[in-house]
Amino acid sequence: MPSGIIFGFLGPNGAGKTTTINLLLGLLEPTSGRAEVLGLDTRTQPDEVRTRTGALLEHSGVYEQLSAEDNLEFYGRIWRMPATERQARIKELLSHMGVWERRKERVGTWSKGMKQKLALARAMLHRPPLVFLDEPTAGLDVMAAAAVRDDLEALAGREGVTVFLTTHNMAEAERLCSQVAVIREGKLVAIGDPDDLRARSGGPRLEIVGRGFDENALGLLRARPEITAAEVHGDHLVIDLRQETDTAPLVSLMVSAGVQVEEVRRGKASLEEVFLTLMEEER
Amino acid sequence: MKNDILTVMWKERKGLFRIRGRRAQALLGMFSPVLLAIFFPLQEGVEWVQSPLSLLLAFVAPLILVGMSIPDSFAGERERHTLPTLLASRLSDRAILFGKMITSVAFGWGVTLVLLAIGLVTVNIAHWDGHILFYKPSILLADLAFSFLVAMLTAGAGVLFSLRAATAQEAQQTLMAVLLIPPMILQFGLFAIMGSDSGKARLQEVLGALSFEQIILVIVAVLLVLDVVLLMAAMSRFKRARLILD
Repeated sequence: MPSGIIFGFLGPNGAGKTTTINLLLGLLEPTSGRAEVLGLDTRTQPDEVRTRTGALLEHSGVYEQLSAEDNLEFYGRIWRMPATERQARIKELLSHMGVWERRKERVGTWSKGMKQKLALARAMLHRPPLVFLDEPTAGLDVMAAAAVRDDLEALAGREGVTVFLTTHNMAEAERLCSQVAVIREGKLVAIGDPDDLRARSGGPRLEIVGRGFDENALGLLRARPEITAAEVHGDHLVIDLRQETDTAPLVSLMVSAGVQVEEVRRGKASLEEVFLTLMEEER
Repeated sequence: MKNDILTVMWKERKGLFRIRGRRAQALLGMFSPVLLAIFFPLQEGVEWVQSPLSLLLAFVAPLILVGMSIPDSFAGERERHTLPTLLASRLSDRAILFGKMITSVAFGWGVTLVLLAIGLVTVNIAHWDGHILFYKPSILLADLAFSFLVAMLTAGAGVLFSLRAATAQEAQQTLMAVLLIPPMILQFGLFAIMGSDSGKARLQEVLGALSFEQIILVIVAVLLVLDVVLLMAAMSRFKRARLILD
């Protein structure tokens, strides 16, 4: 995993994402095989791994009976940050998250989104080179999730930290991650750049919005060698292409077959479609 | 290690009884020890500082006070989902364990000493005869040692249950049930011995051969051994992987 990127670790529920994080943090021992984090063996050097990383696990893990400031103060002390540096860093992070004015409030009175932001600040507090984030936006409403994503993107970009992000939100992975890996039932099924995965899995695609997609029109399309599949979903005709090709003749073909074309879009399969395809292939 | 223990203690102290419902529970739990610290000195007068009566307070107070705080140490963190994050930090197993135990013991023992002082003040006010009354040195030493060892014993046993319990309440109930077993066995044993003339005579013979100080030393030695055994058991049961999987 290259440094300085947000690496998406994708998989359905129960695939082993959280277990992988626990293994990488040295909290669980592998039954077989080995893993290295920042050049450290997770089995023989778990303390060193945890010293050099930050984590936001399945739950935010914030102390609700303490204030936001005390939550960060505690973890700042744990990471042995000098008092002045600790105070400055706490102010910097809470200000960045827009909650500095509320630092004295008990976290128990905060919304789930705000707690998650605080947990994100806690994970980044000691400026670790690598941060593990286990589904940081899970269970948040749309606005809160977007706010957490914005903070994550801004902080990761500004601090140059490497982020290992698990999620089953494909849109989130598509937006944030420059590399992704997909696992299913504990096995890695794909890894790479999201664009590469889309290209590998789905290839280029043409989408026609309109009316009159009958069997005759579909038959004409399916007979062409550059087309791998053509399917109608309501008023959408989705055409999967074998490779990048001139699509104007295909649109003309549809018009000549009686299709009333309203809109034509070119694109690739979404990460979600790639993910679903991979899950299907594995079955 | 020392700094890490102090860090854990800092957090524990900040969070002590700040959890919803725990403050009321703490006030309720304090009722019996406070009553003991005031009622007995009022009733017994000089006997409170001259006889081993205050040992009852030195036994009951830390048992209740530590018994209220220690179950929350791990079970409470598990219940509130803060344990995995704490375990994912750079803190060592020992620092987490000792930080939590020392806070609880310091709280239980500290409050017990305050209660012993309250008892002393009470007896001086209620039975003032122109001289300041103070605990007999041997009684005071026994009170100090006894209360500390009982606090450690409760903390050791409490941590063992707290490490595996799903909730702080479950840990507390189990701890209290288990801690009540030895006094009950002792009580039934005494009843059985006192029931027969030969047993009664034998007990009087044994106790008669020992001075107060010797009896206290035996109890302290037994408590010390139990404390060490429980502490070692807690250290060996503290397994990060097990705590994560639980």
